[in-house]
Amino acid sequence: MTSELNRMTIAEARDGLARREFSALELTRACLEQIKLVDPKINAFITVCAREALAQAAAADRRLAAGDAPALCGIPLAIKDIYATRGVRTTCASKMLENFVPPFDATVIARLREAGAVFIGKANMDEFAMGSSTENSAFGVTRNPHNVERVPGGSSGGSAAAVAADECLGALGTDTGGSIRLPAAFCGVAGIKPTYSRVSRYGVIAYASSLDQVGPFAKTVRDAAILLRTLAGHDPRDSTCSARPVPDYEAALTGDVRGMRIGVPKEYFVAGMEPQVETAIRAALASYERLGAKLVDISLPHTEYAIAAYYIVATAEASANLARYDGIRYGLRVDADNTGDLYNRTRAAGFGTEVKRRIMLGTFVLSAGYYDAYYLKGQKVRTLIRGDFDRAFARCDVIATPVAPTTAFKIGEKMADPLQMYLSDIFTISVNLAGLPGLSIPCGFDRDGLPIGLQLIGAPFAEETILRAGDAFERTGAVKRRAAIL
Amino acid sequence: MADSKISVEQVRHVARLARLELSAADEIALQANLSEILQYIDQLNRLDTSAVAPTAQVGETGTPMREDVIANRPDPEAMLANAPARAGNLFKVPRIIE
Repeated sequence: MTSELNRMTIAEARDGLARREFSALELTRACLEQIKLVDPKINAFITVCAREALAQAAAADRRLAAGDAPALCGIPLAIKDIYATRGVRTTCASKMLENFVPPFDATVIARLREAGAVFIGKANMDEFAMGSSTENSAFGVTRNPHNVERVPGGSSGGSAAAVAADECLGALGTDTGGSIRLPAAFCGVAGIKPTYSRVSRYGVIAYASSLDQVGPFAKTVRDAAILLRTLAGHDPRDSTCSARPVPDYEAALTGDVRGMRIGVPKEYFVAGMEPQVETAIRAALASYERLGAKLVDISLPHTEYAIAAYYIVATAEASANLARYDGIRYGLRVDADNTGDLYNRTRAAGFGTEVKRRIMLGTFVLSAGYYDAYYLKGQKVRTLIRGDFDRAFARCDVIATPVAPTTAFKIGEKMADPLQMYLSDIFTISVNLAGLPGLSIPCGFDRDGLPIGLQLIGAPFAEETILRAGDAFERTGAVKRRAAIL
Repeated sequence: MADSKISVEQVRHVARLARLELSAADEIALQANLSEILQYIDQLNRLDTSAVAPTAQVGETGTPMREDVIANRPDPEAMLANAPARAGNLFKVPRIIE
């Protein structure tokens, strides 16, 4: 029995712990055992925190015994290595931060601590969250638990792989252009990017600040709802963070989608999509009709411009955000006899290829003579993309699309062609530009056993609606959670 | 590639702005990559945006204000714990003024 505890959902473990059927310590040990067994094959973790996790689990058991168990008491989670964790090395998968030990916790880490969660380890990712495959890590590639020759998606690939491989019960990721939704789809787990400003980013290493958002991975939509409730809410330390009250997301999961208007944008069903992906998405849409939802044809006419706009806006912001890595106060330093050379050499040695490429692109689009032609143009197209969604949500409650045109691609397949890699995010990236919530849920498998993801997009702060829709589909049992074969 | 969107001289100029030391091989690779990406980005010029306002932020509007009070306890040891080089309670850097 104990060896199977790590396969539980958060909702199941919460009930089992409350009934004292097993202890938090047994649950954490089961996850650590699984990591020992499978992580050499998938490399989902940069740092495993066994000692800390066992201490947290023991503390959780004391609270459970005292009848004082908070929402996530004793639940083992993987944390993307982009979150500052007090006293635990936080690398952002970069040589630049290889030995960086934060003196503070990110706000969401502090919230999870208060809620009694156990941090099992720091998950691998693309360096500084820049990538769609978790191949851009200074700590090695993460492999897809459903097929180790395939990528797990990125940039939060370690988090998604850890959940899919039952190394933990849930995980934290971040999503700037699809970095939660794409790995969730490729690894066959649930992942939600909440509305921009719904969750605090204090202590989350910044990539593109007008796009970055925090979100959870989980084995079920219900578990994602449970995690989001703890994560969301106002934080005076993030000036962009919304003061709106946080609903009980789990209570929104009624299973009832009768009368829900589901928008299907024609621009998301175009040439280049794998037929098996389209078949699975169409089947999911048919399920919704059977559940009483209404399908509505909609149009998001500026979809094809989203990637171009994103790679202006995101890289411009990244070039500014990453200016802080100068080798002076923390992080890598390559010594030189003057500060100019010290900066140049430190940054040359500390950043990987993709990070340098994006810093260069972002610096270029902001530079004198190119600002209007590129940066301003990108911001204006962003307005048009937002407008598309505003008009669409006048006619529907949820927009349903594929998460990606393909299933997980092969490791190495797109590394030589950055533009092809960028195009992996074609269906997720507009959601960040518009600041909307997006949920990725498994809706099938292709003939090779690779998961296919359905994306449910909501209006601003309509997390309850997309979670309800995702949960309703999950309840049909049309897609069985398939344990990764490792 | 028919016409490069960016010259090697421009790559060097941008690298100086970005404080990145590049090898000769880096420069050539970046010239090719950036040219291809900028060519792709050029499709935005198909859109007439002369009457469109730019979007810089999609969050709720307004900057929240707070009292100007110290909210964290200064802790020099914690601040300096990650310093690549320190001298007492200071970050050590190469000589700037002769």
